Amino acid sequence: MTDTTATKSAARRSLGDIDLRAVAPFVALAFLLVLGALVNPNFLGVDNLLNVLTRSAFIAIIAVGATFVISAGGLDLSVGAMSAFVAGVMILFMNTGVIGGDIAMLAVAMLLAVGVGALCGLANGAITTVGRIEPFIVTLGTMGIFRALTIYLAEGGSIAMKAPDLRAAYRPIYFGSVFGVPIPILVILAVALIGAFLLYRTAFGRHVIAVGSNEDVARYSGIPVNRVRTLTYVIQGVCVAIAVLVYVPRLGAATPTTGLLWELQAITAVVIGGTALKGGVGRIWGTICGALILEVVGNIMVLSNFVSEYLIGAVQGAIIIIAMLVQRSLVRKR
Amino acid sequence: MRKLLLGSVAAGLMLVAGLAQAQETKTIAVSIPAADHGWTGGVVYHAQEQAKRLEQRYPGLKVIVKTSPDGASQANALQDLTTQGIDALVTLPHNSDELTDPIRQVKEKGVFITVVDRALTDNSVADLYVAGNNPALGRVAGEYIKEKLNGKGNVVVIRGLPIVIDEERNKGFDEGIAGSEIKVLDRQFGNWSRDDAFKVMQDYLAKFPQIDAVWTQDDDMAVGVLEAISQAKREDIQFVIAGAGMKDMIKKVMDGDKMIPVDILYPPAMVAVAMDLTAAGLYDHLPVRGNYILDATLVTKENAKDFYYPDSPF
Repeated sequence: MTDTTATKSAARRSLGDIDLRAVAPFVALAFLLVLGALVNPNFLGVDNLLNVLTRSAFIAIIAVGATFVISAGGLDLSVGAMSAFVAGVMILFMNTGVIGGDIAMLAVAMLLAVGVGALCGLANGAITTVGRIEPFIVTLGTMGIFRALTIYLAEGGSIAMKAPDLRAAYRPIYFGSVFGVPIPILVILAVALIGAFLLYRTAFGRHVIAVGSNEDVARYSGIPVNRVRTLTYVIQGVCVAIAVLVYVPRLGAATPTTGLLWELQAITAVVIGGTALKGGVGRIWGTICGALILEVVGNIMVLSNFVSEYLIGAVQGAIIIIAMLVQRSLVRKR
Repeated sequence: MRKLLLGSVAAGLMLVAGLAQAQETKTIAVSIPAADHGWTGGVVYHAQEQAKRLEQRYPGLKVIVKTSPDGASQANALQDLTTQGIDALVTLPHNSDELTDPIRQVKEKGVFITVVDRALTDNSVADLYVAGNNPALGRVAGEYIKEKLNGKGNVVVIRGLPIVIDEERNKGFDEGIAGSEIKVLDRQFGNWSRDDAFKVMQDYLAKFPQIDAVWTQDDDMAVGVLEAISQAKREDIQFVIAGAGMKDMIKKVMDGDKMIPVDILYPPAMVAVAMDLTAAGLYDHLPVRGNYILDATLVTKENAKDFYYPDSPF
């Protein structure tokens, strides 16, 4: 029952043939929105919803990259530590003040961050494919490396932006908005659109799905499996860097808790969104929806008055499982 | 001839000095958690600084500082340190349950044991116990809020992680505000993380239309809280009370920041105090056995400069 996006023509996927599994995460999200409204009328306030959407940006953006990695049959556990590392390098660079002019400095720092992210991803991809090691182990290793490097760079403390002017110039990237839409939300949309285009409309995207469905068949079909795999990790690295670009202006610092457990949240978002953990299916918009679901569940927990703070983890877990069950039952009805 | 004589006298003196030093050669091992968040980062920094200072003060003293990422590796590190032959151990254990026995084994080798911050499950193991005062950290915060709000107002609390330290601080806080009309609107865990505290504070702001004060007990979390408040542009929150003694927050107190009027001390430098007392016990034969509990000092604009360490990472 694997989705054979690779072989189906794009035209056949439109109208009438809409896959219920693709819709299911959105149904689950709608169900949560109703629950939230029942729990606390403030939940549907514009401010609150915008807060939640904005906050989901980090996980959503990283999870878009994870969708590529996972649908190609890989896994990246290092994204949380990588976020902290990229953020640390970026802030340290900005603190050197080697470039005059705030805008120029920010632009170069952003390019640097994306470059570092891509290199980190390349390292993950190259070790996995050239070294023929399970991605679980490789990225577990690099997770430790990135985390330790961050702590080393921070000398055990946190890395904070020193120049107040630069901080003020950068702040709007998280807190600013265009026509009332916070910039991080626009970034999510842009990343998702590019991701969806890459995955659904290009040869590379079809290769990713083919490699994830069956590596041997893909190889015999002449697909450069290792290159495709490696590229998915590079995309993941770039996504991490983009998430960092939005993260740094929020609190202006990288700390030892930056990015802690983001890898699990990203993977959860991907799976909730309908991407198969074993590869071969990738759903970008489902992933975005999954990231929103995670953030909404957390938000509802704090807004509700009847869950003890000790039990929040249990209720969150239960809600995620129920949301998945709702999805599955929708699929079965078909 | 005179030169030679002087030379040999000098050489003799050096020999004597060397002998005296050789007799006083002692080793203190310091086993602490690796820097996994701001506060432990401060612990590592102060331990290393104090190690340098002590080695200068007591010629012949060797101080080995060893950090460990988790309880199990700390137990291994304790064994490794002991086999090197140590006279005293200063340790901030990852957790009490796991490390009480490994530390007891070190003690059985005749090593002087100083425990910092987290007490062991068996109190007889530690010769000297140095710690901050968790219940007082909460109580001082509660009392300050009670006084500043004239005994009436709405307060939200952001807790750390569900462990004993957090529980003690929260009980202390409740004692501090007891008998007043201070209402605690909500308590949620912020996991001692800036990002999580930011989220929780955003949600509090959406949930409650009127908040007078915030208690976060931790300076790291206060960073996220302040950012959430400034984003929401809410004017009702009068101040945020945190604690620990992070340099950025102490600086705010020093500068008279209205949102951070005071800070409550739970200093990572306590490890340095413990090392100092241990060395004094070894070399000066001072009676240092017992419990040494640091005050949860209220840091105000007046005394803030005494607690400001601009070079520390925390």
